[in-house]
Amino acid sequence: MNEDKGRAAGLEPGGSISEILGRRGREDGEGAKAYNFAYLDEDTKREIRRALLKAVAIPGYQVPFAGREMPMPYGWGTGGIQVTSSIIGPGDVLKVIDQGSDDTTNAVSIRAFHQALTGVATTTVTGRASIIQTRHRIPETPLKEGQIMVYQVPLPEPMRPLEPSELETRTLHALMEYGTMYLRLYEDVAKHGEIAISYDYPAMVAGRYAMSPSPIPRFDNPKLDRSPALHLFGAGRERRVYAVPPHTSVRSLDFSDHPFAVQSWDQACAICGATDSYLDEIVVDDQGGRMFVCSDSDHCRQRPGRGPVEAGQGKT
Amino acid sequence: MNGRPLLAASRITHLYGPTAGCLDVSLEVFPGEILALVGESGSGKTTVLKAISGQLRPSAGQVIYRDGQGRDLDIHGLPEGHRRLLLRTELGFVHQNPSDGLNMAVSAGANIADRLLSGGDRCYGRVRSKALGWLARVEIAQDRLDDRPGHYSGGMLQRLQIARNLVTAPRLVLLDEPTGGLDVSVQARLLDLIRGLAVSLNLAAILVTHDLAVARLLSQRLMVMKGGRVIESGLTDQVLDDPHEPYTQLLVSSTLDA
Repeated sequence: MNEDKGRAAGLEPGGSISEILGRRGREDGEGAKAYNFAYLDEDTKREIRRALLKAVAIPGYQVPFAGREMPMPYGWGTGGIQVTSSIIGPGDVLKVIDQGSDDTTNAVSIRAFHQALTGVATTTVTGRASIIQTRHRIPETPLKEGQIMVYQVPLPEPMRPLEPSELETRTLHALMEYGTMYLRLYEDVAKHGEIAISYDYPAMVAGRYAMSPSPIPRFDNPKLDRSPALHLFGAGRERRVYAVPPHTSVRSLDFSDHPFAVQSWDQACAICGATDSYLDEIVVDDQGGRMFVCSDSDHCRQRPGRGPVEAGQGKT
Repeated sequence: MNGRPLLAASRITHLYGPTAGCLDVSLEVFPGEILALVGESGSGKTTVLKAISGQLRPSAGQVIYRDGQGRDLDIHGLPEGHRRLLLRTELGFVHQNPSDGLNMAVSAGANIADRLLSGGDRCYGRVRSKALGWLARVEIAQDRLDDRPGHYSGGMLQRLQIARNLVTAPRLVLLDEPTGGLDVSVQARLLDLIRGLAVSLNLAAILVTHDLAVARLLSQRLMVMKGGRVIESGLTDQVLDDPHEPYTQLLVSSTLDA
């Protein structure tokens, strides 16, 4: 929401098509300048911001937007990238994580993409970021007021697994008929003895709309509830955005006799010794050896009581 | 004895293009009564049923339903949310084709639980025990609770559909050819079940069928439809034993051996 800042910083927005094409041929390492600030043109960004404002005004409601083709395939985070591109300004500090980590291919590539096209500062430290684009995790470090989380969403419709018709799911949302959501839970308890949805666990936003929180582990659902940060969700293929504004209630669905509970582990992170974070199981050899480590790499690195890292287990 | 009808439809007309689905059909159903609509295929029976249940808005006519609180509701004048609420609480609809009335993607238990969960019951144990109870009442083995409906036989599917509808104790059940496509012995068991449930629950029902024997067995009153119009109506035994209209006479003489 900072298009003027982009101009002030000397990053040329727009220009005529011939100008852009003329600039694109340059091979002087400033090729990114051939593009508008943050890749999308200003009209597209404005349209997405309008959709986002509507999404913030109606927490949990899926707002259609004119999703653009991005220079990467659907499923690689095109929704989240479009949201980030439309809200980012030169003064922002960006953090990008994938499965909690700043170092995976997707996180590195998306961070490089935004950096090349905006020139903004990036960080891996949660507390320093103003915008955090994420796939599959919410950082362990508590979010603060003023921070914006941007989620990459593959399937925005929580009722889609049981209701294929878009017309019908929209009617169900409009009339708040959420029995279907509980059918999913019923089936789980009948089959597994407990609610076995481990990620993308559906929740009610502000007591009104059922929402898919994107494929974050259900461990992260409680972090959404009354969070001081703004949470924006972008689904590129489905062309929907939705939002959880700061301090909004997000209640995970459950039964009175099978209440919602987060995952827990009977061991601590093998690197930093954390017992309160979400742990990934990592296979370390072909003898069945495995270790549990924090999925949030920044959290793991920042922990004060971090124990010594043994050889071969380093993760930086 | 309350003399007011549970449901009164007046002058329902629905046109599909130039041809009529039904013309000027009026009917009343009283509490605890089973009314049969009979006639050949294409005579407008199902159209009438859909108009009554609010699934289809007729071109003309009105349907007044008296709800549990004694209020008279114009089914087609209600907001959509209220109409859908009625359809999954106070009304029941048993489809001719079970896959139209069941959710084939979830277990039988979930199918019965559906209406309870939609009604806001959030206790798994209670919902499940009710589902189990209803499975027993429609004579399906309890160990089939977690099977998908796809693994059920035709007769079991219809019984499951009945359980799914009756679990919320509806006041009026609409049955669209419930025995269609079933063999004779399975039909007999299903009819027996419906009759038993109707008596024990004091259900009102509208039964659409082309089978006069089914109408004779279940219904107290009968309406004969042809070409979208009601041509004859009265007490079931009266109409079937002493048909006045030539078409009804033809129907009775050609099929009635029960």
